[in-house]
Amino acid sequence: MEIIVCIKHVPETAEADITIDESGKRIEVEDLVFDINEWDDYALEEAVQLKEKLGGSVTAMTVGSEEGDSTLRKCLARGADRAIRLTDKAFEGSDGYATAKILHRAIKELPYDLILTGAQAGDDGYAQVGVTLAELLGVPHATMVKKVEFSGDQARVNRELEGGLEAVIEMKLPALITIQTGINEPRYVSIMGIRKAKSKEIKVLGLKELGLKEDEVGKAGSWMTVERMFVPPVEKEVEILEGTSDEVTTKITDILRAKGLI
Amino acid sequence: MTELFVLAEHRQGEIRDVTFELLTKGKELAKKTSTDLTAIVLGHNAGNHAKRLADHAKRVLVIEDPRLENFNSEAYQMVLSQLISQRKPSLTLMGHTAFGVDLAPSLATELNLPLATDCVDLDFEGETLTVIRQVYGGKVNVKARVRKSEGYIVTIRPATFETEEGTPLGGKIVTIESPLSEDIEYKRFIEYVQPPAGEVDITAADSLIGIGRGIKDADNMPMMEELAATLGGVLVCSRPIVDKEWLPADRQVGTSGKTVKPKLYIAVGISGAFQHLTGMKNSDLIIAINKDPKAPIFRVADYGVVEDLFKIVPSLKSKISEAREAHT
Repeated sequence: MEIIVCIKHVPETAEADITIDESGKRIEVEDLVFDINEWDDYALEEAVQLKEKLGGSVTAMTVGSEEGDSTLRKCLARGADRAIRLTDKAFEGSDGYATAKILHRAIKELPYDLILTGAQAGDDGYAQVGVTLAELLGVPHATMVKKVEFSGDQARVNRELEGGLEAVIEMKLPALITIQTGINEPRYVSIMGIRKAKSKEIKVLGLKELGLKEDEVGKAGSWMTVERMFVPPVEKEVEILEGTSDEVTTKITDILRAKGLI
Repeated sequence: MTELFVLAEHRQGEIRDVTFELLTKGKELAKKTSTDLTAIVLGHNAGNHAKRLADHAKRVLVIEDPRLENFNSEAYQMVLSQLISQRKPSLTLMGHTAFGVDLAPSLATELNLPLATDCVDLDFEGETLTVIRQVYGGKVNVKARVRKSEGYIVTIRPATFETEEGTPLGGKIVTIESPLSEDIEYKRFIEYVQPPAGEVDITAADSLIGIGRGIKDADNMPMMEELAATLGGVLVCSRPIVDKEWLPADRQVGTSGKTVKPKLYIAVGISGAFQHLTGMKNSDLIIAINKDPKAPIFRVADYGVVEDLFKIVPSLKSKISEAREAHT
């Protein structure tokens, strides 16, 4: 089975301190640690496990700057056979739609049975690129998938719906599946793997190689333009309990006692 | 008159709440832009759905077909792309749900209509559409302008707008013949799989200790179990804990888990992705412990502690233990 995994190199923000920069349109990224997008991590693992079970190969692909190479190398070390980076000055500022158009041009030239992406990215959170890409390629898709099986030319997947319910869907291959976290347990990279991955080639393709025009990508080719960023409003005014750990826990205990909760 | 579409979402015979939230917002936008609010429902034996929707819209368009009973993006897209091409609504709203996420991007791409996903607000400023979205796990909001177009598609985060019951609008119900002529070629809905019932019903507990990514390591789980036991509460969690299998799926609070409303919710090491907040923000009393003062969990909490949870939890456990002993 020939599998392409689309991955994104993103800043880790779940536990990081985020500040909006002077332009008011971006966040400061200098102090942030970048890594593979959490959902893509599971997508990559799923691709590698499928390859190990069914044979074939895995190609990892990303849109972005050279800095994404560390994430691509991680993919190679974890079992991807090839890595492709789609990079061009003209791609900067692309939204989910423009990003899907870039991926489409690269993927339509390749053989594939299955395309995997993360269900969403931890930065923009569009949850849009995979399904847009499937439409551009003219292949069926299923999103937020927690289980994948194959029989013949059919993929049988479990989609995660609200409240823990799942829907089982069958699709004809080739197909695109967006992967939900928790579908598998992403492996750790062996030192041997990293060493091998360092010598592997990362293929780089730009605007011209992909046959794209400048106004199809970047800001010009996007649906969305960021006007400004701001800190979200509070829903409730929180009272921050100050003091030493001991003082703080005494305060919490007092509150619980006053409310009759202990 | 131009129309504003709200796409109804239903599953297993029930209209989903998000539909009425969208109709409430849709009504406001339709009024502002002098357009007609039209609810769209695709389904099989959807008459009862249509009647309920008629209270909330000027018009209800019903597309009846057995192939539309259970959501299948391929069939839904075929129907909706025709309907939108013909009637050219200024805007089509749907939920940013398992339904909308699977449908909106391919539909927008086919129709070449700009799409804005997971929006928490939207407005027409003159002729352009602007939206508010949350990025970086809810730590930052973005105001974005959507490329000018004769129509837009927007997916809205569930539980963002409150449903207003208001006076029934008595919308006209119009049934449209299904345009599905041939078989659905690529994709088939097979069945629903219900989650297994858990050992504990977390929605019935008075006190919940919710844990998240900040717990760092499975070795720290006993400490959290002890805190919950001391408090006489139940240990629940956000998604990463279930993904790591440190707790079973029936302990998950949030969009893909359960919605809870206990007397007390103590969030420990949870930053507060919206999927989690949606499931617990209506708890009576929320106390959040997180080292990041900007964590979204503090925006829904009554009391907050900005500190390393490992410094707080042991001390809190012994204080609660003392208080309970003194009490008995």
